[in-house]
Amino acid sequence: MLLAALYIAQEQYGWLSPEAIRRVADRLNLTEGQVRSTASFYTLFELEPQGKYRIQVCEGLSCYLVGGAEPMIDFIVKRLKIKPGETTPDGKITLEVVQCLAACDLAPAIKVNDELYGQMTPEKIDALLKELTQLPNVERGG
Amino acid sequence: MNTNPQSFGYAQDGSTIRNPQSFEPVLTRNIHRPDSEKIATYLAHGGYAAVKLALTKTADELIDMVKRSGLRGRGGAGFPAGVKWGFIPKDAAQKFVAVNTDEGEPGTFKDREIVERDPHQVIEGVIIAAYAVGASRAYVYIRGEFFLGVKRWIKAIADAYEHGFLGENILGTGFNLDMSVHRGAGAYICGEETAMLESLEGKRGNPRLKPPYPAQIGLFGLPTLVHNIETLACIPHIILRGPEWFAGIGTAESRGPKIFSVSGHVNRPGNYELPLGITLREIIYEHSGGIRGGRELKAVIPGGASTPMLTADQIDVPMAYETLKAAGSELGTGAIVVLDETTCMVETARRLTKFFAHETCGRCTPCRIGSQRLYETLDRIERGQGTMDDIDRALELADGIDGITFCPMGAMLVNPARSAINHFRAEFEYHIQNKRCSVKI
Repeated sequence: MLLAALYIAQEQYGWLSPEAIRRVADRLNLTEGQVRSTASFYTLFELEPQGKYRIQVCEGLSCYLVGGAEPMIDFIVKRLKIKPGETTPDGKITLEVVQCLAACDLAPAIKVNDELYGQMTPEKIDALLKELTQLPNVERGG
Repeated sequence: MNTNPQSFGYAQDGSTIRNPQSFEPVLTRNIHRPDSEKIATYLAHGGYAAVKLALTKTADELIDMVKRSGLRGRGGAGFPAGVKWGFIPKDAAQKFVAVNTDEGEPGTFKDREIVERDPHQVIEGVIIAAYAVGASRAYVYIRGEFFLGVKRWIKAIADAYEHGFLGENILGTGFNLDMSVHRGAGAYICGEETAMLESLEGKRGNPRLKPPYPAQIGLFGLPTLVHNIETLACIPHIILRGPEWFAGIGTAESRGPKIFSVSGHVNRPGNYELPLGITLREIIYEHSGGIRGGRELKAVIPGGASTPMLTADQIDVPMAYETLKAAGSELGTGAIVVLDETTCMVETARRLTKFFAHETCGRCTPCRIGSQRLYETLDRIERGQGTMDDIDRALELADGIDGITFCPMGAMLVNPARSAINHFRAEFEYHIQNKRCSVKI
């Protein structure tokens, strides 16, 4: 049940801030250390502030074989002027490099938040980035 | 290939496929229908008939049927499912079923398709398994990245309750079963069954020492039947069509249909449900449309990233547990990654080892440090900074990790590096001597 609580907290705060960790610990009668220990084990829990849109680029073998991974990452790095792990200065987009997304049939694959995008090309990424930069930089609920 | 109908039955030769002519996909038969994830679609095509039939049988009859079917676990280890069911103690007051959908093995995407497009087939399998082992609660653990799958399962479980397939007194038989879905949070190791149980309990996904096996001490300390989702998807079909039908497909030690995920340098990547025992050649050249751009095949990873790669001259091997083992690899998850002649094997080994170095849970030293050192060694060679000693250093590291880790991850993580060096050593030497690759991508 801790994982579910962490997801809810992350949804509300945008990341697992010290306050979010403290509130989860209080609710579940755990220590902050226990909650942080579990949260830090899993890559989908963020212990640092994140952009509103998290672009996850797969660097798995199947994506790499069909032109994905580094060429896609380099393309986004150039466009957004941020390195993997960084967020755009307006706090809108975070770029992440991730391991296999189990979408090898749709390679090269990327994810934006919970949405999967397959068979990516520089053109498709370009269109996606344009769309993302035009979207409002809304605050998360909570 | 033996297509003689007279050969139907147990083959003497482990490499003989029986009844390939009459093979009909069952696990994936629903997934291309519109609204395939909905209970109405599932019911309109004979859904939940297996549950109705199974609940008229005794637990022992069902366990016996699964044993006779020859079904082996589809998550990678290949343990006989019926034997596992028999291990669950009959006298325990409370028991669980845990469904493993933490699909993370690079190259594998079969579970994603089932989870998103046909949840009810699996729910039906879970109900039958729970009834057979006397479990009152089922936990479905879905990989965190499968957000669509999680959403569809929440709806599917609610619909199954509404139709009386879950909850109290299921179909008036007095059998009770509750089911809930749990979202993983991005950790490859949680695909290992005891790590998944730890994660379900809200902890870090560190594997537990075995024995005791989950059948004795599983989730929250209680007997737990853990199965991969594809294994459970087979159950309704075994009940409806009979264990002899299932056992009539495949080879001597590998029975039934299997979903093969094919990716890499093929014309038509995708999931293909085919009989176990089909050759790798047929999957690559007939079902997946052959190699992209008409290039030559170089190597194949036959069962997911953690299985040793095979070379182009080995593709007549039947895709079965025993035949792949004899060929020096494993069936694993049945995820086939096809590498053509333009693939750099140093980079392939480096990239796959990087994955394992990233995904080690960090609990035991050979896996935590060993995977990192192995990755660094391969990375050095790939960047043209390696020395000739690095090749033997990599092999030595692999031997030092294999077999001495807490869980099977150590034995798995060395496979990409070790098999790449063993099959393509000259390419590693070329990289070191010429500081560049002998192939161009």
